[in-house]
Amino acid sequence: MKYYRTHVLVCVDPECLKRGAHDIIDALQDELVAEGLIDEVQVLETSRIGGCSEGPEMMVYPEGVHYANLTVDDIPYLVEEHFLKGRIAQKLVMPIEKTVDEELSAPTAKEIRVVLRNCGVIDPENIEEYIAEEGYMALAKCLTEYTPEQVVNDVQASGLRGRGGAGFPTGKKWQLARNSPTTPKYLICNADEGDPGAFMNRRVLESDPHSVIEGMIIAAYAIGASRGFIYCRAEYPIAVRTLNIGIRQAREMGLLGKNILGTDFSFDLEVRMGAGAFVCGEETALMASIEGKRGEPRPRPPFPAQRGVFGKPTNINNVETYANVPQIILRGPEWYASMGTEKSKGTKTFALAGDVKHSGLIEVPLGITLREVIFDVGGGIKEDKGFKAIQTGGPMGGCLPAEYLDLPMDYEALTAAGSMMGSGGLVVMDEETCMVDIARFFMEFTQDESCGKCVPCRVGTRRILEILQRICNGEGREGDLELLDDLCAEISATSLCGLGQGAPNPVASTLKHFRAEYEAHIKEKRCPAKVCKALIRYDILEGVCTGCTVCARNCPVNAITGERRQTHYIDPEICIRCGICMQVCNFNAIEIN
Amino acid sequence: MAPIKSLDDLKRVREEALEKRRVKSASGQAQVIVGMGTCGIAAGARDTMKAILEYIEQSGITGVLVTQTGCIGLCEKEPIVQIVVGDQPKITYGKVNPEVARRIMHEHVEDGKIVDDHVIHL
Amino acid sequence: MTVVTRSNQPVVDVVRQVIERHGATKDELIPILNEVNQLLGYLPTEALHLVAAEIKVPLSQIFSVASFYNMLSTKPRGRHVIQFCESAPCHVVGGRKVFQALQNELGLTSGETSEDGKWTLVTTSCLGVCAVGPVLIVDNDIFGNVTPAQVPDILARYH
Repeated sequence: MKYYRTHVLVCVDPECLKRGAHDIIDALQDELVAEGLIDEVQVLETSRIGGCSEGPEMMVYPEGVHYANLTVDDIPYLVEEHFLKGRIAQKLVMPIEKTVDEELSAPTAKEIRVVLRNCGVIDPENIEEYIAEEGYMALAKCLTEYTPEQVVNDVQASGLRGRGGAGFPTGKKWQLARNSPTTPKYLICNADEGDPGAFMNRRVLESDPHSVIEGMIIAAYAIGASRGFIYCRAEYPIAVRTLNIGIRQAREMGLLGKNILGTDFSFDLEVRMGAGAFVCGEETALMASIEGKRGEPRPRPPFPAQRGVFGKPTNINNVETYANVPQIILRGPEWYASMGTEKSKGTKTFALAGDVKHSGLIEVPLGITLREVIFDVGGGIKEDKGFKAIQTGGPMGGCLPAEYLDLPMDYEALTAAGSMMGSGGLVVMDEETCMVDIARFFMEFTQDESCGKCVPCRVGTRRILEILQRICNGEGREGDLELLDDLCAEISATSLCGLGQGAPNPVASTLKHFRAEYEAHIKEKRCPAKVCKALIRYDILEGVCTGCTVCARNCPVNAITGERRQTHYIDPEICIRCGICMQVCNFNAIEIN
Repeated sequence: MAPIKSLDDLKRVREEALEKRRVKSASGQAQVIVGMGTCGIAAGARDTMKAILEYIEQSGITGVLVTQTGCIGLCEKEPIVQIVVGDQPKITYGKVNPEVARRIMHEHVEDGKIVDDHVIHL
Repeated sequence: MTVVTRSNQPVVDVVRQVIERHGATKDELIPILNEVNQLLGYLPTEALHLVAAEIKVPLSQIFSVASFYNMLSTKPRGRHVIQFCESAPCHVVGGRKVFQALQNELGLTSGETSEDGKWTLVTTSCLGVCAVGPVLIVDNDIFGNVTPAQVPDILARYH
């Protein structure tokens, strides 16, 4: 397959055609041939870029630039500036109304919103608003123009990979379910988003539920499923409500249920709630939960495509994977494949959390670097403190230090660096974070959520946690780090499911990149980031303290003594390191050592 | 809502929905859109919504449509309120507590003056 | 034997109504237990026996499901249940201090119910609203951007 470095999508909707879109395309191709760029820049026709009164218009990827009001005379300049010299041709860019301060950089400038395009724009409880935004057009196209095979082919050609974390090629997964001869077939949407720091799925479910519903109906048509479930975690009551309203409205409009859109394809959907178990995000545990059992994973093969829920062929995909499908059908798989890197196509949503200025949800083309995400889109570290590490991929992901900031966000690149793409949770940590404390923290989470079925995970994670707790309490011993290295390797290799296999990642990655911090805890009984309670003391500075007694009066355990107007003293034996004294002191007289 | 039985039906529903939207913005009506995703609610969006509805009731202004939407994405600026007056561009406000909401209703919706110190630039 | 629950209907009636709404099949077990837990405040042993009999599944299996999931409780809970998120994103933005304040104010630690039956404090995993952390939920009300100073005010809203 030819690899184009740039894709130009020219709008050929009726309005743009009237204004001369075909002349633009001809002029563009002539110019590209003249400059010898025709093998590097691909020109495609597309529809609905959106600025109809400003046509003819085009989108150029991978930059995501929107040029509008184009004339044939503009083309030589455009080709020279943008495609030859690599500079955006500013005077041709679609004008956006700027209100007040032009110097403030818009945090969303680098985003391309595919999955999130309707979020915050439409009323999620009104199906008509979704339809106004071309909702259900993709479904209509599939049912009236495509065979199920063609739908699968389109999804395969787009390069879409499972967005739940494993990144398995979606088209291939659908093909496997399609090939299974047994019926009835089931379709499941994994909406059990349990990764701490991940809330992308919640946003889509609450703000644009129909994008998921439509994606699921298309998938059901492709694989031949008759019944579907959306397994949504109970901690998302609003999402459950919005989904139920959406399903009801879709049924009323004949878009779900028997004889959809007047064809002989029938499919129905229901929402199933979880009950507070992180492991139910693992697909086999999820299916067990739907069957009314404990959420315990089982070995694969057999894969769900052959034997899934109730023993029948099942296709399970994540919320975001389904939400991409209608756009892929409407705009074509080449459009989707024009974004991203060679193996990681398209866009991905990420949830930025932690010590970053603009925390929230973003959607960016894959291949963007960590640096761009944290500093351009995220606005940098809160209070402009120093960057220490970023954790990608949720509790099964690794922590990456500053040397990795220019790493592209791509499935293979992240895994090679010792982390993973995961569901998209990004936790940014500043210089005041203790990496040993963080490792312990994530291990507490996975230990708690371990289902208990297999020994390596159930017992192994507990042993790792005990060692980390000892280290944080100042009781670290010689040989602890070597033991941790061994345990991590063994648990990863022998656990039954993804939870156990990934649980040691935060520990292993922090051991690799921040070993010196561990050693300080063990050998010097010191926490460099001043976080681990047992290894720090709160001290009152003589000379700064005015003896106002505010701290002593607020201390919950009466650890502070002192006379009025005399320097006070904190007894380290009684002090519980809660930090209240430091908060209430008006003179900055308390420091942590 | 009548069931959609064909592609033509779907196109018709779409046209009607787009027309409704055109009418809304052409009428000079003001639209107040409150973000009511879970993050918005956690930041106090319900109180903000209440304040806006109370303001409308007490001041007696007409031609204002209040709707809700899901999560807009800049979660740490929640509660977020978006204002569209007629066919002017949409203005997005962040950290809108009940007091700020009342200011926006009075200064922007009634008097047409944007409340600069709370605008978010998207 | 009468059991004290959140509902003023007898346990038998509540359970029967829930089963009727969902259907007496095994794959409806979790939706059934979820709703009974909501209505009664927890899952009394009597309720588990009834469910086992109605959907014809051994009590041991019902119990194994009821004890697996975090949101189902086989022990009575207080009138108001406080869930505090203790996952990493809330932790790195000051969650630890808020939790300390909660513990100080209530005199309880995670998993405990107060003597007067008013409060139960539990810690949960990520609630999915990380950008407005630290986060806590009281019953069905969610509070974001919580600071230690706000804790007494939040608790004072509940009787």
